[in-house]
Amino acid sequence: MTTAETGHRLAVLRPYRPAPAQMSVRIGPLPAAILCFCVIMAASTAWAQTGPAMLSPLQVIVKWSPLLLRGFAFNILISLLSMLLGTIAGLGLGLALLSESRLLAAVSWLVTQFFRNAPWLVLLFFVMFLVPFQVTMFKTTIPLPDWIKATVGFALPVMANVAEVVRGAVRSIPSTQWEAAESLSFTRRQTMWLIMLPQCIKRMLPLWMNIYAIVAMSTVLASIVGVSEMLTLTAQVHAAEGGRPELFAPLYGFALLCFFLYCYPINVWTARLERRFRVR
Amino acid sequence: MQAIGDWFQRLYETTGLNFSVFYDAYDWGRYFSGLKMTLLLSVTTILLSLIIGAFGALMQGSPSMLLRLPVNAFVVVFRNTPPLVQLFFFYFGLGTMLPAVEAAGMRVPLLSNVQWAIISLSLFAGAFNVEIFRSGIEAVPRTTLEAAEALGYTRLKAYIHIVLPLAIRVCLPALNNNLVNLLKTTTLAYAIAVPETLYAVKQIWSESQNVFEMMVVLLATYGILVGILVWLMHRWERAMHIPGYAR
Repeated sequence: MTTAETGHRLAVLRPYRPAPAQMSVRIGPLPAAILCFCVIMAASTAWAQTGPAMLSPLQVIVKWSPLLLRGFAFNILISLLSMLLGTIAGLGLGLALLSESRLLAAVSWLVTQFFRNAPWLVLLFFVMFLVPFQVTMFKTTIPLPDWIKATVGFALPVMANVAEVVRGAVRSIPSTQWEAAESLSFTRRQTMWLIMLPQCIKRMLPLWMNIYAIVAMSTVLASIVGVSEMLTLTAQVHAAEGGRPELFAPLYGFALLCFFLYCYPINVWTARLERRFRVR
Repeated sequence: MQAIGDWFQRLYETTGLNFSVFYDAYDWGRYFSGLKMTLLLSVTTILLSLIIGAFGALMQGSPSMLLRLPVNAFVVVFRNTPPLVQLFFFYFGLGTMLPAVEAAGMRVPLLSNVQWAIISLSLFAGAFNVEIFRSGIEAVPRTTLEAAEALGYTRLKAYIHIVLPLAIRVCLPALNNNLVNLLKTTTLAYAIAVPETLYAVKQIWSESQNVFEMMVVLLATYGILVGILVWLMHRWERAMHIPGYAR
């Protein structure tokens, strides 16, 4: 969500690299995951006090992992769909931000700021409560299940963030390119689609992946509004196992681990791409 | 105040737009206490996360592997997992393991949900702040540090008096972004029943049946809060700026 790539202007300092540029992680993903899992397991030693008939936290996780992992796959599906929707809408909004029409640019700026600055959870509530559960068009009723509404709810902030990324990337291309395109008698639309955007893809990719990692982590918010994704299922599994309090930490720890294993490689890859594509 | 209430009352009677918070004293009280809770959460988590970030960045720059490794692990884990799951892990997972204490004749958990929310959100934002401060510290030239060393500063004193003031100026834009993000993330405390703005507003709309109007109020509230934070950060940025160097 950062757009702070403007360099600092303090002459005494060396060039400032924005935060995610390099992760400075000297531990690999696998040791980190193992470490994380060990901490969780160490935190759940309380099971030793329970009777022999009860399953240990590890056994509970193994027993329910197919269900939990299916929930996790649902999270990923939601994140992919909302990313797709948000990217398409965000590309449009970003082009509107750059449009020559003052009015269109102003309106789209307002929309972008609105969706960028509202909390994700509030936007999710917004869509969940204000979009009807079914729409009737031409006498056919299309049901809108809650997970589709949640997808739309996530797509809105994605749209605003992608729009900012598109605008920033197009702005970062030297204006001489516009002039060169003009002198070759490209129209504005042709310049944008044939010259600007293809160059921008490289600059946008790391930021876009960053947004994706944030969306993937945000999909758990859907559990608050009742979509049966991983976190909802985790709570249900906990209840099904008798609601033992010592099961909370391992079960939520398992959810943490799943998200970590999914998001960490994305982040490492993003950092690598960012280093490779650094324009300087 | 009375005039505002009357105006919204009339708006309800003429158009059906029921902004109950502005004329109903009970709804207003709930909304206001929710707002106070959001402010409490934001201010404490911002301060705590800044402290965590500063200490983490100091530890990350230390020559000892033993200090660097835990900070790196902390940053990596907290950056790559959903804040909501972290919150649940802390509140349900660790919260139930802590011993309960006797207070006013009742057994209550050692840490309340508000305290857990503050801890969890501070750690989440702190992990990002560590990275932000670190990149700021890296921008401070080695020669400056060597000059400090020549003047007899210890590592800690040089960090507090020389490196950190310069680093903060450099990383303010990124910090600004992260703190705005943190303010928005305080809504997650809703999930563990912390009575903050979202929670209060949800209660109001389920009783007064005015979802749309309260949504507008809610979005406006967060818009204004974010606006205030951004304005404060810009003022701070201006106040911190070194004469003769910045634009």
